[in-house]
Amino acid sequence: MNVNEYVVVDHVEKAYQLLNQDKKNQIIAGGAWLKLSVKEVNKLISLDHLSLNYIKEEKDFIEIGAMTSLRDLEMNSVVNDLDHGLLSLAISKIMGVTIRNLASIGGSIMGKFSFSDILPVLLVMDCKLYFHHRGEMNIEDFMNTRGLERDVLTHIKIKKQNRKSFFKRVAHTALDFSMINIAIVYDDSFMISVGSQPGMAMLCKETMSYLNETSEVTEEVIKEAVIIALNELNLSSNLRASQSYREVLVKTYLKRGIRQVIE
Amino acid sequence: MKIKLNVNQKEKVFEVEPNEYLLDVLRRTHYTSVRRGCDNTGCGVCTVLLDNKPVPSCSLLAVKADGHEIITVEGIQEEADKLGRHFGDEGADQCGFCNPSMALTVYSLKLENPKATDEEINQYLVGNLCRCTGYVAQHDAIKKYLGDQS
Ligand SMILES: Cc1cc2nc3c(=O)[nH]c(=O)nc-3n(C[C@H](O)[C@H](O)[C@H](O)COP(=O)(O)OP(=O)(O)OC[C@H]3O[C@@H](n4cnc5c(N)ncnc54)[C@H](O)[C@@H]3O)c2cc1C
Ligand code: FES
Ligand code: FES
Repeated sequence: MNVNEYVVVDHVEKAYQLLNQDKKNQIIAGGAWLKLSVKEVNKLISLDHLSLNYIKEEKDFIEIGAMTSLRDLEMNSVVNDLDHGLLSLAISKIMGVTIRNLASIGGSIMGKFSFSDILPVLLVMDCKLYFHHRGEMNIEDFMNTRGLERDVLTHIKIKKQNRKSFFKRVAHTALDFSMINIAIVYDDSFMISVGSQPGMAMLCKETMSYLNETSEVTEEVIKEAVIIALNELNLSSNLRASQSYREVLVKTYLKRGIRQVIE
Repeated sequence: MKIKLNVNQKEKVFEVEPNEYLLDVLRRTHYTSVRRGCDNTGCGVCTVLLDNKPVPSCSLLAVKADGHEIITVEGIQEEADKLGRHFGDEGADQCGFCNPSMALTVYSLKLENPKATDEEINQYLVGNLCRCTGYVAQHDAIKKYLGDQS
């Protein structure tokens, strides 16, 4: 990566202005992904001095600064209490401890990585994002909106809930990207998302409403739910897995996950 | 640009480019125990401790480390010697390329979780590859090191 200038800003507004001054200006968080993805940067804008590295517990939600490292989230006891540790579990499966000490939650969201193990989880968690310019936005709208890369994500809020949960990522090795990842939460209703399709993670809305409208989740209902999910997902092939293998994985782990959360 | 790093308890000033990674700066200033492998966070051999936390120096821009504390294996010599003895006893040592990074990561595990279980040891070291040993002997050596309070 070629960088003309490294600028440490002391105010979010300054970061926002610089970001929008030149298409070649870029924000850096941990910088782990930037190293692999960006060749030429004019001004590299560091958020290190904006005090965005924090986890704050409020009455109904947890607020997390965009620069908080994945490892800090994984190890935080309050985060561990969200939906039986769903987010901590998903994070703990990403690469090794060293990269999780470097990578931030902000970079993990703004990267909109199709292989992300975090986005499917945030989708089922009632998560709101806070941008400097655009303000509040829920995670699903963010995933479906283009052009937000020229705003600064300052923090996120996750509603405090402790529903039963399930997370599964399937990968060739612990250091590989997922071939598929599935997140489910359940109390009296289901939230289900699937990522690494290989496209970006999405909520399985038709599957969720089918399950949420049935009075009893029997084995027959689970079978039908899997059929609905396979129809609404956009599974396809890439270097990591074929479409048909992904279908088998979804069938297997969606069934397993639903059974687990209703137990 | 100039940055200040505290490397192994010594305050130092380095002249760095804005696109230089910490690994490159350390290696060109003779901290050659910090190794280069994959150069993209995939192997762990470039691990150093940044404020006592293991990070991949190949992917951390040197400017981002300004004002922070860096520890290489020379900074934990006594602990590395202890671990090294267990590595020797268990036959966990072959070419040695991964040893400095392994020692730093295991030391950091000891600080965080001295009573780590087998599973926790495996999880903690997932990002530290060794192409020689097959991990079993290393795992046994690490367990003995963690259990060794002497
Ligand atoms: C080799 C490798 C393997 C990985 N494997 C996985 C995996 O298996 N599963 C998984 O879920 N993740 C994986 N990741 C992604 C990783 O977990 C992080 O999500 C990623 O590194 C981004 O975090 P960062 O802090 O490094 O962001 P950076 O690289 O600093 O930034 C990423 C992008 O986000 C922008 N950005 C960062 N912060 C902000 C902000 N606050 N506001 C606006 N824009 C911002 C940057 O400009 C950049 O475009 C992997 C990453 C690498 C390098
Ligand atoms: S050289 Fe840094 S992780 Fe491989
Ligand atoms: S001993 Fe050779 S790479 Fe580990």
